[in-house]
Amino acid sequence: MKMITIKRLFIMLFVLLFIVGCSSPTASKDTQGKTNHSEQNQEKSSNEGGVVRIAMSTEIDNLDPYLSAATDTGSMMDNVFDGLLDTDENGKLVPAIAEKYAISDDGRTYTFYLKEGVMFHDGSELTADDVVYSYAKLGGLNGGEPLSSRFEIVEKVEAKSPLEVVVTLKEVDSAFLARNIVAIVPKDYEEQSSKPIGAGPFKFEEYKVGQELRLSKNENYYDKENTPKIDEVQFKIMPDPESSILAMQAGEIDILPGISKQGLDQLGDTVHSISGPQNMVQLMAMNNSVKPFDDVRVRQAINLAINKDVIIDTVADGMGTKLGTNMSPAMQFYYEPGLEDRYEQNIEKAKELLDEAGLASGFTMELTVPSDYQFHVDTAQVIADQLSQINIQTEIKQIEFSSWLENVYNNAQYETTIIGFTGKLDPYEVLVRYVSDYGKNFMKFQDERYDELIKEAVRETDETKKAALYKKAQTILTDEAAALFIMDPDRTTAMRNGVNGLKLFPIQKFNLEDVTVTK
Amino acid sequence: MKYALYKLSTFLMTILLVSLIIFTVFQVLPGNPAQIILGMDADTQQIAQLEKELGLDKSIGERYTSWLSGFLMGDLGDSLKYQQPVLDVLKDRIPVTFSIAIYSILLTICIGIPLGIYIARTDGRWISVFLSMFTQLGIAVPSFWFAFVLILVFGVTFQLFPTFGYVPWSESFIGALRSYFLPSLALAISNIAVVIRYLRNTILDQAKMDYVRTARCKGLREKTIMYGHILRNALMPVLTIMGLIVADTLGGSIIIENVFALPGLGNLLIQSITSRDFPLVQSMVLYIAILVILVNFIVDLLYKLIDPRVRLKG
Repeated sequence: MKMITIKRLFIMLFVLLFIVGCSSPTASKDTQGKTNHSEQNQEKSSNEGGVVRIAMSTEIDNLDPYLSAATDTGSMMDNVFDGLLDTDENGKLVPAIAEKYAISDDGRTYTFYLKEGVMFHDGSELTADDVVYSYAKLGGLNGGEPLSSRFEIVEKVEAKSPLEVVVTLKEVDSAFLARNIVAIVPKDYEEQSSKPIGAGPFKFEEYKVGQELRLSKNENYYDKENTPKIDEVQFKIMPDPESSILAMQAGEIDILPGISKQGLDQLGDTVHSISGPQNMVQLMAMNNSVKPFDDVRVRQAINLAINKDVIIDTVADGMGTKLGTNMSPAMQFYYEPGLEDRYEQNIEKAKELLDEAGLASGFTMELTVPSDYQFHVDTAQVIADQLSQINIQTEIKQIEFSSWLENVYNNAQYETTIIGFTGKLDPYEVLVRYVSDYGKNFMKFQDERYDELIKEAVRETDETKKAALYKKAQTILTDEAAALFIMDPDRTTAMRNGVNGLKLFPIQKFNLEDVTVTK
Repeated sequence: MKYALYKLSTFLMTILLVSLIIFTVFQVLPGNPAQIILGMDADTQQIAQLEKELGLDKSIGERYTSWLSGFLMGDLGDSLKYQQPVLDVLKDRIPVTFSIAIYSILLTICIGIPLGIYIARTDGRWISVFLSMFTQLGIAVPSFWFAFVLILVFGVTFQLFPTFGYVPWSESFIGALRSYFLPSLALAISNIAVVIRYLRNTILDQAKMDYVRTARCKGLREKTIMYGHILRNALMPVLTIMGLIVADTLGGSIIIENVFALPGLGNLLIQSITSRDFPLVQSMVLYIAILVILVNFIVDLLYKLIDPRVRLKG
């Protein structure tokens, strides 16, 4: 008898669970917080208002812009913070908090004139003192440790008037200007890590660790023309790419950056997308300090054995730009065209070069790949296959990215590896990786001419001459086959139909102030 | 009392041993937490600054002893990655994993046990054969696959459930039940299959026993025999399995949490291992160990409840 009641209890419980699970589909919208709110706005079918939900694959490393280094975090928090300058789609520097700037003839003194009436999110006015505080903090001028080596070049920073800041450099550094996109923070405010305050188009609302970052429209944004149209942005942390595609299909995500071609096919007509080079350099680095990669002929032979178009077709579904040096054409002004075809696949010539190097019978090399990046792992497979044509046997060793950072990146304990360098605004940051005494030159590339060119370019204040020097440096990287430069894979961002306005930048950035939502 | 003390001492030994193993493994693994947190584009300055803040400039032995003494005083230390007390980090995550675990175990019991009984009673008929095939499939197919199928069917096609994320219980009870339903079901399916197969087999075994024949001879109704006699005995091994399933659920949640973008313990465990967040990993392993031991203890108690012949022995 007792067991029968237990049986009934089971059935009741099960039915209850199921009814609760399936009932009231409208309630499902509750899970997205303010979704109902956004739908009301959509019904108005105007371009104003609404909520945009963006899927991000990684968590925030730190809300404080000076302590964070992750690209994803930067692209989210960039909407909260503004710098003196900003970048447009072509990588050109445009005024932001600074209305204009002037550089002294000797190239060491930068004077920034701030816009009037710029307000932080807490209501206080942004003045030259805040800029001085921010730059002093970054450069370690207030007695503390410098927070960024990029600002160590700053000798002093002074407020001439409430709207005028003068930055003096220790020596000429033409790469400095692009660094002024860095966030300006309110003076003496020390709680950026928990409640960030900036002067950007969006205000920080809430961060639920591992779940979502919520930003709301800054009604008092100083740049009236670019005041956000949408009311709220929700960055949803979704580590699994397949799940984000399904979530988008179910209408729970509006913008999905970094979507795969298959994902796009799966979503079909319900979305539209923007796609283009992301200013990344994917390469197979060869440790120039170990045998046999210390021999330029071996490095050239490897370059000649590889057909990059095949890699782009198989690994990136044809969506990538072939590279011949450590620079993407996304950096239009500084890019040296033509280098990408320097090493057309030529097996015979590659074999000859190996023969000259005394390695006619080939050799075995270890290719270390960070297993967290399927893209690089796939690339490794294709390369291994192509290299077998010139009798180079490749042993692919997959290691976790954490170990990769330690073994390969910091200590250069590797033979060859595949990685992608993310884009920077200034060519110096891109090309400095190959300077002999640069701390993170894990390629161990050494070339005096190259070092000299980069040094000269940094001192050069004339833009055109500077570009010429950087182009020359790129040619050396190709001639010396410093690495096997592969491609700049396209970055595709999918948007739900009705969501518009997102653009592509040479750095990872969301111009959410331009985004509109309609039904 | 003696029993409890014995359990407690094995428990403490396990924790100590586990923490030592984790510690050793962390020594062998390459990777600098500060560098991992900040990534490839970090300045050497930023890294050095963070290392100092995290106390990584101290020797490894020093860090372990300070963690151990802190733990003994009830202080779990600070997470390296999140730079806040471990307890604060866990506080938000524990309810998520706990909800999935309990929900999926409830589903396992509510679906698995009645179905197991049903299949045993209809043994030999085509429906039973059909269901057995189904359970075979349930065991063989991994949970993340079920997860995707469930999202596709219930989330995308019928839009009955959210495809990711969760609603806290405090916000809306129904909303929470709904948001946890798919992940819990995905996790429960293989467990349900296991329970069904186990229960069916033990029921069929028990049905051949002498006491069942005796009961029949006494003229008891089939239902009374089944629920009053067979099931009581058949549930014992299932209970053992359930204990294992609870531990298994915690492991399974790692993948499920990733698929449903749920910030739970499984998700956190993976991340804290990849970021070499020693204090956090230690505390989580500790937490899981406590839970598994606790569940085993509860199972022991339940044995007695179902079968009064069992006496707890030390």
